[in-house]
Amino acid sequence: MNAAERPHPFEPRGFARVVDTVAAWTLAILWALPLLYAVWTAFHPSEYSARFELLAPLTLENFAKAWEAAPFARYFLNTVMLVTLILICQFVLCTLAAYAFARYRFWGSEIAFFLVLLQLMVMPEILIVENYRTMSVLGILDSIPSIALPYVASAFGIFLLRQTFKTVPRELDDAARVEGASALQVLMKVYVPLAKPIYLAYGLVSVSFHWNNFLWPLVVTNSVSARPLTVGLQVFSSTDQGIDWSIITAATLMTSAPLLLAFLLFQRQFVQSFMRAGIR
Amino acid sequence: MPRRFDVHLHGWLLLLPALAFLALFTHYPAIATLIESFYSTPRGARPSRFVGLDNYQALLEDPVFWQSLSNNLIFALGTIPLSIALAIVMAIWVNDRLAGRAWLRTAFFTPTVLPMIAVANIWLFFFTPQYGLLEQFSHLFGFASQNWLGSPETALFCVIVVAVWKEAGFFMIFYLAALQQIPPSLAEAAALEGASRWTYLRRIVLPLMMPTTLFVLINAIINSFRLVDHIIVMTRGGPDNATSLLLFYIYEVGFKFWDTSYAAALTMMLLLLLALMAMAQYVFLERRVHYQ
Repeated sequence: MNAAERPHPFEPRGFARVVDTVAAWTLAILWALPLLYAVWTAFHPSEYSARFELLAPLTLENFAKAWEAAPFARYFLNTVMLVTLILICQFVLCTLAAYAFARYRFWGSEIAFFLVLLQLMVMPEILIVENYRTMSVLGILDSIPSIALPYVASAFGIFLLRQTFKTVPRELDDAARVEGASALQVLMKVYVPLAKPIYLAYGLVSVSFHWNNFLWPLVVTNSVSARPLTVGLQVFSSTDQGIDWSIITAATLMTSAPLLLAFLLFQRQFVQSFMRAGIR
Repeated sequence: MPRRFDVHLHGWLLLLPALAFLALFTHYPAIATLIESFYSTPRGARPSRFVGLDNYQALLEDPVFWQSLSNNLIFALGTIPLSIALAIVMAIWVNDRLAGRAWLRTAFFTPTVLPMIAVANIWLFFFTPQYGLLEQFSHLFGFASQNWLGSPETALFCVIVVAVWKEAGFFMIFYLAALQQIPPSLAEAAALEGASRWTYLRRIVLPLMMPTTLFVLINAIINSFRLVDHIIVMTRGGPDNATSLLLFYIYEVGFKFWDTSYAAALTMMLLLLLALMAMAQYVFLERRVHYQ
């Protein structure tokens, strides 16, 4: 019998299973409730925003109003550019550094590794005041690169890729070098292809982190041309334009929609990626 | 193999780009923050000058600092054990292949994918007085109207609920991975010995998941000091600083009052706190994890 199909001796059976199922579903419904509530509010006219009637008319008007009330198209573009820029830089920088840590024994590599890992504790979020000053000295305040720069060298990414590269058999490396490949060619032809699933996992984690990131972009931007979605949403929902919850909720769902849809469609990959990124 | 010197040179060259960015945006600002915390904030015609420990003196006498610190500790203690416990229960349920487990997993995990700011907006509406869903429920059961986010007694509690809602599903994933790695033979052996389900969970599953718990714990602690998006959206630290967390206070001092030197001193306190916790984890937990 297949191990996955073999009944687990401690899986609840009979009455206990019913109790477990009911409890699990109660918690799941409780967990889904705030989101379902938001969906209800966003798709109904505002007089139904907190009134639940089965036959309440559905509408997309809240989304249309939100879209017109603020430059969300620009915010979307900014966020896409931001996460792309960060992802590309992270892949390049972390790959090079991880390769150095995984396969080179150089002077000071242990101290250097410690200096890298420090970022796991001293995160960019905590140093916002000083980093703001740096951006202002560099003259790039209120730009997309200024949001991205503190994150492009990621200790998490370096660590994750280093662990992966270490599992690549030395013989493959040596064989490629005997064939006359340079260090960088070996990296690109041997290590990177073997680490593809890890790149996918790290990419998903990175994109969802930076799509959702808020505090640093809030601090460093103050114009429409640089603001990512999260900050745009906050500016939109906190300005006193008469609080209409239906429109705010529509805007909220709209800004999270791409990630949410991607998640619902590729749920298995998302979940596996987060697992993979965490286990190492 | 390349020549000896080349190895060192290549190693450093590969590392250089990443290390340069880390130096510029992690190491340098950390040191600059330390130095700045010994100086005064320049104001108008008065330039910045060395003031020794004055900023730290002010900090010790600042009631808002102490309140933010205690709020942050309550917030951490309120969110971390609860979300870890819920995560374990969720993972066991999803792993037990109950009816509709895919739906269960989706319901538990979805909040994790949403931006914290969107989550905060949704819950803000949920908690709204007179109008929000919570209010409607409490009316239904005949409770008096309550401004959940507007009163100092309940505001921090609301913020804790939101954080637990967002994080439990995230931690569930790691426990799910851990559960799936436990060899089935262990369960079969325990069943042969006549162990109850509870004994099996407590004596075999929980200890085997200890490394996961350590990983999740570190993440949870860091998050409880790093994430203040929901505070900015839901309460702005209010009412009466009842929900001000340390990083939120740093943000306010640095970017609302522009008192950068005092913000530097506050940042040093936060770094100190994180360093202390990293050491505590190392000392207390490291020994209990590696026994396999």
